[in-house]
Amino acid sequence: MNGETETKNLDLPIDDPFAEVFVEKDVRGRSLWVDAWQRLLKNKAAVVSGIIMIIMLLMVVFGPMLLPWEGDFTDWDNTSSPPSLETGHWFGTDAVGRDILVRTLEGGRISLLVGIVATLVSLVIGVGYGAVAGYYGGMTDRVMMRIVDIIYALPFMFFVILLMVVFGRNIVLIFVAIGAVNWLDMARIVRGQTLSLKNTEFVEAARACGVDHREIILRHIIPNLLGVVMVYVTLTIPQVILVESFLSFLGLGVQEPMSSWGALVNDGAQDMESAPWTLVFPATFLTVTLYCFNYIGDGMRDALDPKDHL
Amino acid sequence: MKQAGVLRHAAVRLLGLIPTLLVLITIAFFLIRIAPGGPFDGEKILPPEIRANLDANYHLDEPLLQQYFRYLGQIVTGDFGPSFQYKDWTVNELIARGFPVSATIGGLAMVLAFVLGTLIGTFAALRQNSAIDYSMMGVAMLGISIPNFVVAPLLILGTAVYAGWLPAGGWDWSWQRMVLPVVTLALPVVAYIARLTRGSMIEVLHSNYIRTARAKGLPEWQVIRRHAFKPAILPVISYMGPATAALITGSVVIERIYSIPGLGSYFVQGALNRDYTLVMGVVIFYGIVIIVLNFIVDLLYAWLNPRIRFDEAQ
Repeated sequence: MNGETETKNLDLPIDDPFAEVFVEKDVRGRSLWVDAWQRLLKNKAAVVSGIIMIIMLLMVVFGPMLLPWEGDFTDWDNTSSPPSLETGHWFGTDAVGRDILVRTLEGGRISLLVGIVATLVSLVIGVGYGAVAGYYGGMTDRVMMRIVDIIYALPFMFFVILLMVVFGRNIVLIFVAIGAVNWLDMARIVRGQTLSLKNTEFVEAARACGVDHREIILRHIIPNLLGVVMVYVTLTIPQVILVESFLSFLGLGVQEPMSSWGALVNDGAQDMESAPWTLVFPATFLTVTLYCFNYIGDGMRDALDPKDHL
Repeated sequence: MKQAGVLRHAAVRLLGLIPTLLVLITIAFFLIRIAPGGPFDGEKILPPEIRANLDANYHLDEPLLQQYFRYLGQIVTGDFGPSFQYKDWTVNELIARGFPVSATIGGLAMVLAFVLGTLIGTFAALRQNSAIDYSMMGVAMLGISIPNFVVAPLLILGTAVYAGWLPAGGWDWSWQRMVLPVVTLALPVVAYIARLTRGSMIEVLHSNYIRTARAKGLPEWQVIRRHAFKPAILPVISYMGPATAALITGSVVIERIYSIPGLGSYFVQGALNRDYTLVMGVVIFYGIVIIVLNFIVDLLYAWLNPRIRFDEAQ
């Protein structure tokens, strides 16, 4: 990085005063991200969490393919057997002899998938909505944000439960329901950022060049929101995973034979006195994932905006 | 002048609640009505005449819009109608039965969370970046990350099943049966408040008037109690609104796990049985509770924070 900067400076024609300004801006623009990245790497909790999350992802994606058991295979010789190396059920089995390790990993696929997809849904709605409200301002903004305020005051969880009850329990609906209710924070944050961005020189310059509104929002406003949005996405994923597990725990989420961490914790809680391993393993996976996502999000926020600690 | 500012602030906020309530009722009403399957679609099919009589009795045979306005009119008078599933009960009676239980657990959890959270947060802030601070915040992060429904079974397993100190569930208004649900419910809120307090306390402790107070020779605990505490808990106060919502939502799960006959368990039961009136009643009731508590928190915040009143009076 440093070497690159120096060569650039050396190449400068000395008598051009604007060139230096230009290059300096260019370098600063890039080093913001590099700085943030380096600050993030110094945050031990975030780095460790990141590594654990990568391992978790690999395990969840490839684990079920490598293990000898199918998630719905019932091993009648080993029902409710405790974790052991001899039976080959490292995490034990549940009351009907299904392997807990495979079930946990497959449940993790669903949980993480819901977390990521629903967050993307809320990302698209929230960023679009917030950027439009903030960019146009005035009456449009007031009406749009008033709507957000109104929805914000509603008991969110109860509405998700209502949606699940009304439209039946299928997984696509879980994505949409959670994503559709979770976009409000994103819209608020993005609007605030857009308000401060839209009066900056580069947006004015774009406007002066005759770029139309749509293009300005897509090309100039949204890319500059990336930092905030990334932090927020990292913090939304665990929230969504939590909501999905909450629904599954109540019996309103994913249905058999599919499973998620919430559903597994629910199953485990029923048999915890006789077979605590059916509760402990999925619960640990779920908690570790949420913990790591929260630490990564925190670390990213600190890295991108060192002033705003918390 | 300042008084007028606060009053106007309150009045404006109060008026702003009306559209929120209307949207709440409307969405709840229409959502549950487009739901496939009605309250009388049980396992045995009713003879058509009986079915028609039932529908007429509950006004289910009227056009949807007429039902909607009938319901709105009812709500305004504070009547949520009869429950479809619990035949001899009105929704009002069910709420009157369940809510005191839920409110007791929720209220106690809130008090516990506030006291414990601000204490832990302040303590960590005073020892910023020490090992104690890091471990406390690590635990707080765990408190935020570990879901209620994981904590609850583990607590039951530890304190009730293995140790036998406390009853595992049920409800009889005795403190022994309150401990586990209240602790479980409070835990994530304690953790969040601790983080909030720590952050704002650190900021406050770096300000000039705190330096002045220390320079006067005030002992550290006096500095905290007299000067730093109030401004530092302002963010906590504004978090109380969302915290209420979190506690209410959490109580749904908690009541199920500890088999507590609160409003949350009625809600889940009603949702699984398509008990239209009960589900709508609970959603609207909790909506109102959340909105009203948010409103109170807002006023409390304005009352505690002199800068807001000054702005209003300008």
